[in-house]
Amino acid sequence: MGLAKRIIPCLDVDCGRVVKGVQFEEIRDAGDPVEVSRRYDAEGADEITFLDITASHENRETTYDTVSRMASEVFIPLTVGGGVRTLDNIRDLLLAGADKVSINTAAVFHPEFVKAASDRFGSQCIVVAIDAKQVAENRWEIFTHGGRKPTGIDAVEWAVRMVEFGAGEILLTSMDRDGTRDGFDLGVTRAVADAVSVPVIASGGVGQLDHLVDGVLQGHADAVLAASIFHFRQFSIAEAKAHMSAAGIEMRLSH
Amino acid sequence: MRQTVAVIDYGMGNLHSVAKALEHVADGARVCVTSHVSDIRQADRVVLPGVGAIGDCMAGLVERGLDAVVRELIGTVPLMGVCVGMQILTTFGEENQGVHALGVFPGAITRFPNDDVDGQGQRLKIPHMGWNQVWQRPHPMWSDIADGARFYFVHSYRLQDTARSDVVGVCEYGGPFAAAIACPGVFAVQFHPEKSQHAGLQLYANFLTWDGGC
Repeated sequence: MGLAKRIIPCLDVDCGRVVKGVQFEEIRDAGDPVEVSRRYDAEGADEITFLDITASHENRETTYDTVSRMASEVFIPLTVGGGVRTLDNIRDLLLAGADKVSINTAAVFHPEFVKAASDRFGSQCIVVAIDAKQVAENRWEIFTHGGRKPTGIDAVEWAVRMVEFGAGEILLTSMDRDGTRDGFDLGVTRAVADAVSVPVIASGGVGQLDHLVDGVLQGHADAVLAASIFHFRQFSIAEAKAHMSAAGIEMRLSH
Repeated sequence: MRQTVAVIDYGMGNLHSVAKALEHVADGARVCVTSHVSDIRQADRVVLPGVGAIGDCMAGLVERGLDAVVRELIGTVPLMGVCVGMQILTTFGEENQGVHALGVFPGAITRFPNDDVDGQGQRLKIPHMGWNQVWQRPHPMWSDIADGARFYFVHSYRLQDTARSDVVGVCEYGGPFAAAIACPGVFAVQFHPEKSQHAGLQLYANFLTWDGGC
């Protein structure tokens, strides 16, 4: 017995509401983020990730307010990402109640930002999010702007470099699988998880519970992230945990 | 009379989650996040939180003159150390090229080795991040918490010696380490009760009624 693998529901939040694009198109309203997090907390979620997809700066205040309300009611770790570009952004999110902050695009354009952030706030609260797309057999590259812009950077090398710069955790999303419900890209998950010394969260593509099992057993992920299977109540977090536990994975079952 | 719980603010990160968790179980107690010596001296109970690196935490305490206040509180009012707040109660931290800490407990905080493997032969990831089981040794602070209950950890350094009598909670990650240490008036944990859902909130609730005895 020892450290449990984690299930992390992800909330895509736009202007204070949980949204989820289905097949990259329509955005379905999936509720108030505080209510949704309370439900996930009750079902036994191990952490919650809050992805702020709000484009305009004017709405950032809504984000801080939502994070603060979530942190007052839900006593499990909360990671917030989306548009994190400055040390002040990180400080404001941590003060609002975030435990970890996820840096994505800003890390690609200014890798030193990750170093500055981990020096200032500690590696334990700096997550680097990597959006990877397969470009050849056993080769994946980093893409930015929601998977539209290639960078030519190798995803595995990038993950290793980000850990050297102080990332305490890697959130790895397969842009090929995101929204497909076909399961994680186990190749890139395993390549990154085996290459870095910090925990890796697998993301993108979960459509059924066996995908979560595969992410851990075959992808070597330390945590698995999913959104739509939980939002639309296809499965509860408790069901997902029971399924993973039955497959022999150590989980936190009573809470 | 309402009791007051002071959460010591020495400029390090997310103290509000500690305060919010205490408020959630406070049952009328007043929770204040403060860096004022007078507030801390007047409090009925004190929590010493900490995130980030031990060097910054220790420097933050010393800059505000709070290291002396914490030492002076030992054994006078119940004190709870959390995460790096536990580590700075020991003698020495290996992190940041070595940091001399408060020395309330003997021993040094050392890094998890990078080359450890788990039972399946997979590399142990550092930081130790997530929900792990804490095995209890008798102490009133564990009241109403199951032996082996899971708490949320996130750290790369730990107190490795669990044979000593002041260790009251043990966790396994590439070998045993101290998840909780205690002496009269002091209870300190490596994990984050404020992020450990029911078990963590119960621990804070226990702290609010703890008389400081072992």
